[in-house]
Amino acid sequence: MSMWKNFTKGFLRENPVFILVLGTCPTLAVTTSLANGLGMGLSTTFVLVMSNLVISALKNLIPDKVRIPCFIVVIASFVTIVDLVMAGYFQAIHAQLGIFIPLIVVNCIVLGRAEAFAAKNSLSASFVDGLGMGFGFTLALAVLGVVREALGAGSFFGHKFISGDGILVFVLAPGAFLVFGYAIAFVNRLNKMMSGGK
Amino acid sequence: MAYILMIVSAVFVNNIVLTQFLGICPFLGVSRRLSTAMGMGGGVIFVLTLATIITYLIQKYILVPMAIEFMQTIVYILVIAALVQMVEIVLKKVSPALYQALGVYLPLITTNCAILGVAILVVRKQFNLTESAVFAAANGFGFTFALILFATIRERLELLNIPHSMRGVPIALILAGLLSLAFMGFAGIVR
Amino acid sequence: MAKPSTFFNMVSTLFVICLVSSAALGVASALTKEPIAKAALAKRITAIKQVLPEFDNEPLSESSTISVDGGSVTVYPAKKQGKIVGIAVETFTLKGFNGQIKLMVGLLPRGTIDKIVVLQANETPGLGDKITAEKSDFSKQFFGKDPATFMLKVKKDGGSVDAITAATISSRAFCDAVTRAYDIYQQRFRK
Repeated sequence: MSMWKNFTKGFLRENPVFILVLGTCPTLAVTTSLANGLGMGLSTTFVLVMSNLVISALKNLIPDKVRIPCFIVVIASFVTIVDLVMAGYFQAIHAQLGIFIPLIVVNCIVLGRAEAFAAKNSLSASFVDGLGMGFGFTLALAVLGVVREALGAGSFFGHKFISGDGILVFVLAPGAFLVFGYAIAFVNRLNKMMSGGK
Repeated sequence: MAYILMIVSAVFVNNIVLTQFLGICPFLGVSRRLSTAMGMGGGVIFVLTLATIITYLIQKYILVPMAIEFMQTIVYILVIAALVQMVEIVLKKVSPALYQALGVYLPLITTNCAILGVAILVVRKQFNLTESAVFAAANGFGFTFALILFATIRERLELLNIPHSMRGVPIALILAGLLSLAFMGFAGIVR
Repeated sequence: MAKPSTFFNMVSTLFVICLVSSAALGVASALTKEPIAKAALAKRITAIKQVLPEFDNEPLSESSTISVDGGSVTVYPAKKQGKIVGIAVETFTLKGFNGQIKLMVGLLPRGTIDKIVVLQANETPGLGDKITAEKSDFSKQFFGKDPATFMLKVKKDGGSVDAITAATISSRAFCDAVTRAYDIYQQRFRK
């Protein structure tokens, strides 16, 4: 597989959110606005790239039977670093994302890429894979964030384009499920059309 | 009385799955059959309560006195992973019947963010030990309640003719959205 | 190929990885400690500036903290040329819809509320989060009022406050926090 293909596979074809349906908890919880979605997406991308790099570098040193605990420790370390850095330098977004920052640890995308890709591939390929998957995740969160913010609050990136409230339910819990459900259906349809189905 | 309110709040008003978005993966993954939903629910109640009590004690008697709260995430996830393994081993020896019922769901529980989520939440909410245990158990029941409800509807959903691209996850998510909407009706019963 | 899974290999690998991670986190924590503390301080001082008229002392270094109702309230006196121009009270309530709400309430020497900002809240987006000034004018109805004549309760409870539509709980919680600030101010500065 070429580097470019490896990088772009996470965008649509193997999008972690829309196709593989991984990492659903943060996807639903933090996409109340574009800013939150981007914050979460970029934090996860950082963890994904760094853990992919380290795990790929260590893959020959870790005995097979303890690989999962080792992966988890590596991932949890990077998550904690993100948590600390955000608390220090990006207070506002840190407060918004709250408990979902430490929960990046149990985001199946991160452990999934470590196990399925980084543990088997070279350092550079793992780096590109982490970056691509991270961007795919960020892209998905951004799309959901834009839609929910526009419908629910009538604003884009915090700027109101209507007066008054939006359709409130879209920023509340039910809206998260509904928008996500229709988004997956839409991507399914899109994929089918592109692959030449009816 | 406060505990009863806490339980009602965790099961209905602030349902962990439908309003807090924790534990969505197993919620979508193992909700196709009622029997599997019940198995998963049982496992989650058990591990969630136990894990929360243990992590609470670790936080209070190890992390805080040593001023290494920043190790929270890493320690918690390792404790949960180890605990799940241990429960699996003990269950296999002590109660093969129960192991038969829960065994396959146990490994999935490690990456269930409801477990880590609740363990961290009780620290952030500054609960004491009893409150933490009750909160964890109540959330376990809330998870199971939502899962069983969801599974019973999904079993019927299989019989319907649904547009092709909506089949599977999309329709499940929309169903979850409607359930969540229904649960909003509980808002205001307790604070 | 991976190292063979002998007992020694497994234990040593896990041990080394844990050790390296802990060391890395220790360093990260030490490096971010100061920025985190600074960010928290900066947040307070900005809030104090927002809720009170101009001052020239350092309210943070003259603050005092009181434990009350299962939490703590901090009082920051703001002075200009040695004369008190107002008191900022960092107050809280546990009655929020999703737990604790923290407010900074500015009180003027004659006993009226100057301004209020929300420091920390976890209220429902679109409903309870209207307690923040950016989202609605709810908090502005308190500005310039004297709690001696302006009853700090929602109208439903016989007070003078217009509650946020569909968010009575958050509105009540907000009043509760402001009342706590006012009570402490009364006790300490207007005996």
